[in-house]
Amino acid sequence: MNTEKNIKTLIVKKPLKLDCGKTIKDFPIAYETYGSLNSKKDNAILVFHALTGDQFVTGINPVTNKEGWWSYAVGPDKAIDTNKYFVICSNVIGGCMGSYGPSHKDPDQKIFGTNFPVITINDMVNAQYNLLDHFGIDKLFSITGGSMGGMQVLQFISNFPDKSKTVIPIATTSSHSAQNIAFNELGRQAITADSNWKEGNYTSNDTNPGKGLAVARMAAHITYLSKKGLQEKFGRKLQEREDLKFGFDADFQIESYLRYQGSVFVDRFDANSYLYITRAMDYFDLAKQFEGNLSEAFINTKAKFFIISFTSDWLYPTQENKDIVIALNSIGADVGFVEIESDKGHDSFLLDVPDFLSALKNFLDKSYEEN
Amino acid sequence: MKNEFQVIADLIEKDRKVLDVGCADGTLMKFLKDNKNINIRGLEISKEKVQECIAKGLTVIEGNAEKDLKQFPDKSFDYVVLSQTLQAFLNPELVLDELLRVGKKAIVTIPNFGYWKVRFHLLFKGTMPITKTLPDEWYNTPNLHMCTIKDFFHFVKSKDIKIFKSLALNNLNSSIINESNLGVKNLFADLGIFLIEK
Repeated sequence: MNTEKNIKTLIVKKPLKLDCGKTIKDFPIAYETYGSLNSKKDNAILVFHALTGDQFVTGINPVTNKEGWWSYAVGPDKAIDTNKYFVICSNVIGGCMGSYGPSHKDPDQKIFGTNFPVITINDMVNAQYNLLDHFGIDKLFSITGGSMGGMQVLQFISNFPDKSKTVIPIATTSSHSAQNIAFNELGRQAITADSNWKEGNYTSNDTNPGKGLAVARMAAHITYLSKKGLQEKFGRKLQEREDLKFGFDADFQIESYLRYQGSVFVDRFDANSYLYITRAMDYFDLAKQFEGNLSEAFINTKAKFFIISFTSDWLYPTQENKDIVIALNSIGADVGFVEIESDKGHDSFLLDVPDFLSALKNFLDKSYEEN
Repeated sequence: MKNEFQVIADLIEKDRKVLDVGCADGTLMKFLKDNKNINIRGLEISKEKVQECIAKGLTVIEGNAEKDLKQFPDKSFDYVVLSQTLQAFLNPELVLDELLRVGKKAIVTIPNFGYWKVRFHLLFKGTMPITKTLPDEWYNTPNLHMCTIKDFFHFVKSKDIKIFKSLALNNLNSSIINESNLGVKNLFADLGIFLIEK
């Protein structure tokens, strides 16, 4: 979290009024780019990351030394072909990979913690919009992202209707459901129940609510997978043992897997950021911003939409994605939609799902040819 | 491209907005887009076919015409095309109503069960007819509501739907259907093409 080397940062001088009423200025947005911007500046794709993602979309993440979160989809000759397109991704505000967030210091040089303003998806995209000016891009070729990234895609095109030619929300929703708020609340409660959380002031107390954050990650991780996927991968297989041990150690492989997922997450993610970002997701309700009429959010855009969902995604199910399609069709917008067959659950968009990757590639490349 | 699509394309003027319901692999859509500058959308139930459309750069929505047409506003397309699919719906009458609500005009084509080869097949072989336009066996055909050109003609009239043009297609030949030649066309055409409006 304090690995400032390898992180490119744009300092946004312009004041940004947040939905909570507070104004921030001179704040950092950490970003990364892949491929190169052509002379016409018409090949830029802005990628938005999900809850626990960051700006390091592909290749080796220089901070974690692991593969970027969307390595299957982004790179040379991949679906989002960096030989052809200029990919920009930035860490959301509230995050913990260099953008302005709760682990930063306030003007009095005190770490914000929970004194950081509560941010929304709207605030995130308004902050990221500054990257267009930074690169001198008048209009993006595309904006895309899955899950919370998809929410940012929808909010971005609603706020800036003529700033992208194509729009690809993936495995997402226009309004966070009660079930999803419930899962996020479970995660937040796990963090704040950890005695090391110290009301958010763990850094100055030299503690870390790692156990709470790990439990939050474990619970969330289950929601990213499907029952079938879990059953096929783990079933009731035991973890390095011949038989049950009649105790509470990790007897089953699935337990050991979840514990591992929790422990590695703690090393790369900030607990307060997890609170802030899940809150932003819960507050997301695009229709509500337009008096309950989602179509109104898109009334001013001529962009070409392509919406993708996955059969086994029960966190952001097909119907919630289709609701966006319906809102767009009811105003005669240019919208395509496909539901990809996959048993990998919500995580499908991050994984090697060939039908998904080929649909994404074909849509982008054919749309770019028509430019 | 099959002759049916050529006849359909000839019915549509340039620069129009068209919805192809059950657009399959997008062959007709691509032709209309490339040759007539049509603002074209497709609705298709098969995931594989949807992928083929995307690969052709076509805007297609995966969905079921019996449920998903209702999201389109009234008269939001100049033409709505339904090629050889009406007979496969659970409720063809409802779908037809929806086509005419969504489209200013609709182009509907139907495989003709009154075609002489179909009649001969049933009459002499005594088994369910299999022809070029009806290639499936009775146990695996998607067709639920077969009709003849005459049936459809009468049905449309009874619903006060205006017929602008009705064409009989037999291999490469298309000819106009009217009240007086209906019996003959019903015998010699394997496909009926109707341009209708409500």
